[in-house]
Amino acid sequence: MLKDYLLPASVDEALQNLQAYSGKAAIIAGGTDIMVNMAEGKVSPEALIDISRIGEFKQIEEEGEFIKLGAGVTHTQAARSPLIREKALVLAQACREVGSLQIRNVGTLVGNVVSAQPAADAAVALVALEAIAEIADLQGKREEPVEELYAGIGACKVDCRSQLVTALRFKALSPNQGSAFKRLAKRKALALPMLNVAVVLSLKEGAFEWVRIVMAPVGPGPVRATASENILAGASVSPEIIEKAAAAAREQAAPRDSALRGSAAYRRDVLKVLVRRALQDAVSQAGGSL
Amino acid sequence: MSKLKVAFQLNDKDVALSVDPNDTLLDVLRGQLNLTGTKKGCGKGECGACTVILDGEAVNACLIPIMKVMGRSVQTIEGIGDEKNLHPLQEAFIDKGAIQCGYCTPGMIMSSKALLDKTKSPTQSEIREAIAGNICRCTGYVKIEEAVQAAAEKMRDS
Repeated sequence: MLKDYLLPASVDEALQNLQAYSGKAAIIAGGTDIMVNMAEGKVSPEALIDISRIGEFKQIEEEGEFIKLGAGVTHTQAARSPLIREKALVLAQACREVGSLQIRNVGTLVGNVVSAQPAADAAVALVALEAIAEIADLQGKREEPVEELYAGIGACKVDCRSQLVTALRFKALSPNQGSAFKRLAKRKALALPMLNVAVVLSLKEGAFEWVRIVMAPVGPGPVRATASENILAGASVSPEIIEKAAAAAREQAAPRDSALRGSAAYRRDVLKVLVRRALQDAVSQAGGSL
Repeated sequence: MSKLKVAFQLNDKDVALSVDPNDTLLDVLRGQLNLTGTKKGCGKGECGACTVILDGEAVNACLIPIMKVMGRSVQTIEGIGDEKNLHPLQEAFIDKGAIQCGYCTPGMIMSSKALLDKTKSPTQSEIREAIAGNICRCTGYVKIEEAVQAAAEKMRDS
């Protein structure tokens, strides 16, 4: 049962609050996950430390070649941000797919990452963008790729008893680069993804300079379609090579049969289509022709 | 049970309360303030029956711990009109037959109001996005969509 509810105004204050409760307090940002977990008795902290009043956490900013998102940035904010729509479209598209508008209005991208669900839409896009998480504790700051924060289904390596993710950072895409997000779900809102795919790529002189393809839920966290990425890197842009890469993703993925998300056989077949469509969209955004 | 103090704006009036920090905004609205227009459906953010407007945005009151509204502004169905002065959305829902059992209606109207407060001439897809988090099990969504469109027209004309 909660005995207290704290509203720190700075990162330092939040970290001190965490230390004072030595593991018995939990961080709350939007609250869309922890409120459900508390109601179901999965967690029962003595206090909630609400980080939504920390001013710098609400910012989306361009810092040199990077885009930086504070830990309080909501899915609605990211989906509507002109900066993200222009220079990281995959993330705006993914954020728009999460939950419902009510959920997106409060739920944060950092929350989507630290809740560590295998197919969290925003987190899948962030992995494709090679986003870095900035993590603070009372000893200082460190950085870790979002991709490496997964420690199993629903488990994140950030120690929520003493650490706080303060921001996410990734490189803004340039005009020769493109990105796209594709999703399969039972309905268009409030539905778990049966599959999602995020693609970020760079073109140079009619060829793929590099490609990052992330697919989920086909493992405990977002999975890089490395076989497909390798097929495309350095190859000339063509419908045939995209088809070949999409087929390789189908071979690499090992989704499980799931009552919630559909059979493995069905999802592998659809995965190939989603990878192909995401690649096509990203190529055309990057100025390539097919 | 330890009680905490919370102060916020509710339907344009200041309120200060002593609350149990375990309560949600929905618990306090219905249980402590007797504002039962906001409905409790699923209690976990999946049905939208408890939608209220928090600082201009539609949110599920069942997922908002009461202390989170400290210093903020909350609007509920009771704050947008009454029996003598219905809000254009309330009138339009009646005129278009967009209500059957009525349980989802307050949430539908608050989601629609959050949209119309920002978007005077919403497209069909904007309306659908705004109410996609509100589940109706009897009227169906077509009449609700028509009602939101009709209310938008009325609000533009007035």
